[in-house]
Amino acid sequence: MGAEFVQFSLTPILIGILASIACALPGNFLVLRKQALIGDAISHVVLPGIVVAFLITGSVAALPMLLGAAGAAIVAVILIEAIKRLGNIEPGAAMGVAFTSLFAGGVLLLEQSDTSSVHLDVEHALMGNLESLIWFKAQGWSSLWDLEALAALPHELGRIAVVCALVIVLTVIFWRPLKISTFDESFAQALGLPVGAIGFGLVVTAAVAAVAAFDAVGSIIVIAMFICPPAAARLMTNRLETQVTWSIVFATLSAILGYVFAGYGPLWFGAQNAVSAAGMIATVSGIILALACLFGPYRSRIGVGREEAA
Amino acid sequence: MDMRTPLALAANNGHIPRDIAKIDAPLAVRGMTVSYGEKPAIFSVDATFEAGKMTAIIGPNGAGKSTLLKAALGVIPSLSGEVSVFGNPLGVARDRIAYVPQRASVDWDFPTTVIDVVMMGLYRKTGLLSRLTGAHRAHAMACLDRVGMADFADRQIGQLSGGQQQRVFLSRALAQEADLYLLDEPFAGVDAATERAIIDVLAGLKADGKAVVCVHHDLATVSRYFDNVFLINVRRIAEGPVTAVFTPENLHATYGGRLATSHIDQLDLVAGA
Ligand SMILES: Nc1ncnc2c1ncn2[C@@H]1O[C@H](COP(=O)(O)OP(=O)(O)O)[C@@H](O)[C@H]1O
Ligand SMILES: [Mg+2]
Repeated sequence: MGAEFVQFSLTPILIGILASIACALPGNFLVLRKQALIGDAISHVVLPGIVVAFLITGSVAALPMLLGAAGAAIVAVILIEAIKRLGNIEPGAAMGVAFTSLFAGGVLLLEQSDTSSVHLDVEHALMGNLESLIWFKAQGWSSLWDLEALAALPHELGRIAVVCALVIVLTVIFWRPLKISTFDESFAQALGLPVGAIGFGLVVTAAVAAVAAFDAVGSIIVIAMFICPPAAARLMTNRLETQVTWSIVFATLSAILGYVFAGYGPLWFGAQNAVSAAGMIATVSGIILALACLFGPYRSRIGVGREEAA
Repeated sequence: MDMRTPLALAANNGHIPRDIAKIDAPLAVRGMTVSYGEKPAIFSVDATFEAGKMTAIIGPNGAGKSTLLKAALGVIPSLSGEVSVFGNPLGVARDRIAYVPQRASVDWDFPTTVIDVVMMGLYRKTGLLSRLTGAHRAHAMACLDRVGMADFADRQIGQLSGGQQQRVFLSRALAQEADLYLLDEPFAGVDAATERAIIDVLAGLKADGKAVVCVHHDLATVSRYFDNVFLINVRRIAEGPVTAVFTPENLHATYGGRLATSHIDQLDLVAGA
């Protein structure tokens, strides 16, 4: 693999991997807490956030877009909590109410305002723009040591790298409280752990990961990565530590294989054009989940070995 | 909010000192009221649990037994009420309490092993990041051994019987090396051998001067297992030594019509006062 790979494929693959890992990590805990839908909720509310940011600033620059999306994600999280508490409604329904209404609000805003001229279309929101995040200045592998070329790396790479590192550090630091409060909330509270703050922190971290990933790769990967790698990983092991490791492996594998299949797969089948990398990455993560369901060593967990031992 | 002065409260309640700061019992609760909706689940409950004693909390389903424990631990917010743990506020004395929630309250499909669950009992000692050492593991194994579960250390918790799961929960409480043990229905759905094993461990704790409080369902075993009994049905009905308060009158007051007289007659009760 030579110069062409470095120039056209290296950065999209790296961005795909980092985005996938950043979403899959908190996804492990969200899935175990039966809150996986929150990834869906967040990626839906990102749209109104971006539209509002555009209406306020009048620009499509990355920073206001990101801030708008992050703000909308936090509004959604608070809204979900409020609906849950005040309405005494189960979490899934609260998420459904919050994200459909916010998403609908975003679509209305988009229709009513004069944003159609700018590049704020639905396809971009769904599929992102992974293939275009190329490293134009790269001449080959040697560019990795060339400061001038490095400075011309796509901005998305730096952003998602920072967010991914942040997610990893937070997961490591708060591992024990996260694990204890996810498994046994009352016990965690009796220990004096701030269970509410831990849950909120988890969701906000997931929101930040979702927004950063959305910016680079679109919402379809975000939704897939919150659920597929963790759910597949759960079928590979009975230990949380191992599950999280597997989820990282599956996220990475999805990103690499998805990108390669999208670029070359159609050619192998005699088709002319490449397909969307983001869509293919999400598809591969789904295929991995299907394979884990069929062949994972711990797939038929429920009811196994529950014979009453005296 | 109770606006009355401590003096007035003391006068209200006869021999029980209402000024909670003066009580150094392992756990004292005063005027605890908790409500999930409109109706209170427990109403103005006073309770005092003693050291070196095993106390049964008894009452019909939905009487607020779990709610009382959770509110005392700050797991759920209360509308009013005070809690003192060994004469201190809860926040100061938390480390001296071990809590065993109802077994059905957690997802046993969670990806974790028996020894991992027991190690959760070490959290107050290890905190966020300090490494778990061989000594920690040895301590956890010793706690598992006390409940006869050492051979299951590396099993996934979902692959245990109900009785074994309950013993793992007890083992996690032992790992906390607490002075006050609050257990919510530790005998629910366990076989006779497990019940025996759990009672032996709890009796050992009592012998060491610890306070043990169990939400308990089986009226037939109350006098055999417990020293004290606390009867509740939203309000406190009675509390004290089994020999004094485990009477037909008090059981009728607690269960209302839900407990047939013929059933009560079969119990090993103290004669009505
Ligand atoms: N999380 C909750 N939300 C709403 N109501 C609850 C909740 N937990 C308990 N309750 C209600 O409070 C009352 C007391 O419950 P609980 O303390 O669990 O009773 P017990 O443990 O004595 O069976 C019951 O009527 C129960 O339905
Ligand atoms: Mg209960």
